[in-house]
Amino acid sequence: MLRINNLSARIDNKSILKNFSLQVNAGEVHAIMGPNGSGKSTLSNILSGKKGYDLSGEVLFENNNLFELETEERAHRGIFLAFQYPLEIPGVNTNIFLKTSLNAIRKARGEKELDAIEFLRLVKEKAKELKFEEEKLNRQLNVGFSGGEKKKNEILQMSILNPKLSILDETDSGLDIDALRIVADGVNSLRKKNNSFIIITHYQRLLDYIKPDFVHVLMNGKIIQSGGPELALELEKKGYENFN
Amino acid sequence: MREKELEKLKDYKYGFTTDIETIKAPKGLNEEVIKFISNIKKEPEWMLNWRLKAFERLKVLQEPKWQKPKYPKIDYQDIYYYSAPKSASEKPKNIEDLDPKILETYQKLGIPLQEQKRLNGIAVDAVFDSVSVATTFKDKLTEKGIIFCSISEAIQKHPELVKQYIGSVIPINDHFFATLNSAVFTDGSFVYIPPGIRCPMELSTYFRINASDTGQFERTLIIADKGSYVSYLEGCTAPMRDENQLHAANVELVALDDAEIKYSTVQNWYPGDKDGKGGIYNFVTKRGLCKGKNSKISWTQVETGSAITWKYPSCILKGDNSIGEFYSIAITNNHQKADTGTKMIHLGKNTKSKIISKGISAGLSDMTYRGLVDISPKANNSNNYTQCDSLLMGNKCGAHTVPYIKNKNSKSNIAHEATTSKISEDQLYYCQQRGLNSEEAVGLIVNGFCKEVLQQLPMEFAVEAQKLVGISLEGSVG
Ligand SMILES: Nc1ncnc2c1ncn2[C@@H]1O[C@H](COP(=O)(O)OP(=O)(O)OP(=O)(O)O)[C@@H](O)[C@H]1O
Ligand SMILES: [Mg+2]
Repeated sequence: MLRINNLSARIDNKSILKNFSLQVNAGEVHAIMGPNGSGKSTLSNILSGKKGYDLSGEVLFENNNLFELETEERAHRGIFLAFQYPLEIPGVNTNIFLKTSLNAIRKARGEKELDAIEFLRLVKEKAKELKFEEEKLNRQLNVGFSGGEKKKNEILQMSILNPKLSILDETDSGLDIDALRIVADGVNSLRKKNNSFIIITHYQRLLDYIKPDFVHVLMNGKIIQSGGPELALELEKKGYENFN
Repeated sequence: MREKELEKLKDYKYGFTTDIETIKAPKGLNEEVIKFISNIKKEPEWMLNWRLKAFERLKVLQEPKWQKPKYPKIDYQDIYYYSAPKSASEKPKNIEDLDPKILETYQKLGIPLQEQKRLNGIAVDAVFDSVSVATTFKDKLTEKGIIFCSISEAIQKHPELVKQYIGSVIPINDHFFATLNSAVFTDGSFVYIPPGIRCPMELSTYFRINASDTGQFERTLIIADKGSYVSYLEGCTAPMRDENQLHAANVELVALDDAEIKYSTVQNWYPGDKDGKGGIYNFVTKRGLCKGKNSKISWTQVETGSAITWKYPSCILKGDNSIGEFYSIAITNNHQKADTGTKMIHLGKNTKSKIISKGISAGLSDMTYRGLVDISPKANNSNNYTQCDSLLMGNKCGAHTVPYIKNKNSKSNIAHEATTSKISEDQLYYCQQRGLNSEEAVGLIVNGFCKEVLQQLPMEFAVEAQKLVGISLEGSVG
């Protein structure tokens, strides 16, 4: 599904990713762990199409050159990023944002757009599953949401959009124990349908609920080690300092 | 052709001209031309004298200089003050008699008069260049005693009403452009709602400038008698021309005891091309008088067109407990300039006013909100709330807020809030990550920003305005 070959990224002449390679197949869950500033969010942003990086190397998504696709086209094709810091958009109602987003994607795929009633039915169902208070959906997008609520809102969007490749950038940070469980359930239910995930996290805890197929350790813009779930446990014990 | 033309057409979809025979007054501004206008409209003598009095006054007035947008000198002798489709000056009695070409123009504008008559429940008076060509729904309105016709017709058929109210809100010697209008106004709409009547439909006027070198000087007068209600919509378009065209309308509203007037405008005059060539100078005077107690006047405007917009729809709150409201969205892009806002003059006791202004500037454009709130010594327990928000797109545009606050009454209060924000790259990226292209993203954010004002518009107009907002900002990102 996703193949990253020797990806290097610079910004303002500062080198952030260095010859980064990774392959994610359909249905796989990859966890990426790494110290602050190691380039995890940069990787997420490059995959989802944020502009402003000097890039070299190659990224293929379903055999298409990802760099040739606009940000929104990547979304249309099923790439979703749950932001580390979800944006606030004053004045824009959360429900309307969700509906506009879903319909833009459906339209691009040649699917029928949902009308207000169909959409509300869907959003109600998903909100209920994620225990997301419906009342919040009538508020301005992320404005005045708590840190955890913003993260849950990202997962709500993910479950409504049903993406092929979801990148979760520290979605677990700031979630309470119950919310963590709920988010994990959300991921697991999507996972069943052969969707893939890149889960960026600092804590092994999330991986208790979402069993990854692979764990990668990212340091200084490079994967220094890959392994199975046991790698996360080892990392948690040793810390990055003594790793290697 | 004229790739450039095609390019322009894409930008401004109302930019076609219609090929019809016209009657024009000779170019220039003088007594003869004023007499020509008055004569062709078969006006009574008092009306001609009124015009001439305005013209006398005009001779000593200067164009105002205090506004922010500067414009090249206008040669008032190089303008046609009267231009009318030939067939219309013979005043067709009903729509079916109109020149098919004119009807076609309205179709293109999306105002199928015939259709509207049947389906829409909106009564339309259409001003084409200088003459009001058709008023739909007359029968239904007449039943209720409502008068909705062109001002020319009103001058002939309801002289007592016109005589009493014309110039009662915008005096004949008010300021240069208003006085110019008083001297040479050509047509416009007239509305009278009798006591206790709630007008059963939205009344609407579409203004369109067609002939070149013509100024358009409409005059609109709306009177809501005691306990009545009316909602009035105004839409504007103009063809694309390289030279600038002057538009200086006067709109007067009078609300008597317990009456309410809601006046909405969606202004989409040709804004000029991307390089700032051409476009309409929109120098309009709009003023409402809350004459009676408990009366209310509410202005809502969506201003997206014109090369220069310069207007301050105002309320004079004379009656005790009267209410004035101003809801505004002003958008400037490319080289457009707007200096717009309102005046709320509190004269009566317990008067209230509310100002919600949303300014959006993009490209190289420049936007000024200018507003006056004046509470007189006698206006006890009055209050004003002003909220003035600016949204910037890019780094090359400007936004300015110039509030004038005069509170001469210690029992009254004025609250003013202002914000300036920018659409951030990150917000756009977030929306794009969710599948919206940059234009859709901007549309969504901007419509969210203006929501409070859009909500004030009648349904059909709100949808149109929302689209217009998106179109006006097209190409302003990325
Ligand atoms: N726009 C930018 N300009 C300059 N430096 C940047 C920019 N974006 C990221 N960086 C730098 O790149 C490095 C990697 O940042 P990134 O956000 O990818 O780290 P991260 O692994 O997500 O860290 P964290 O765990 O704290 O979220 C950091 O040193 C950061 O300061
Ligand atoms: Mg990060």
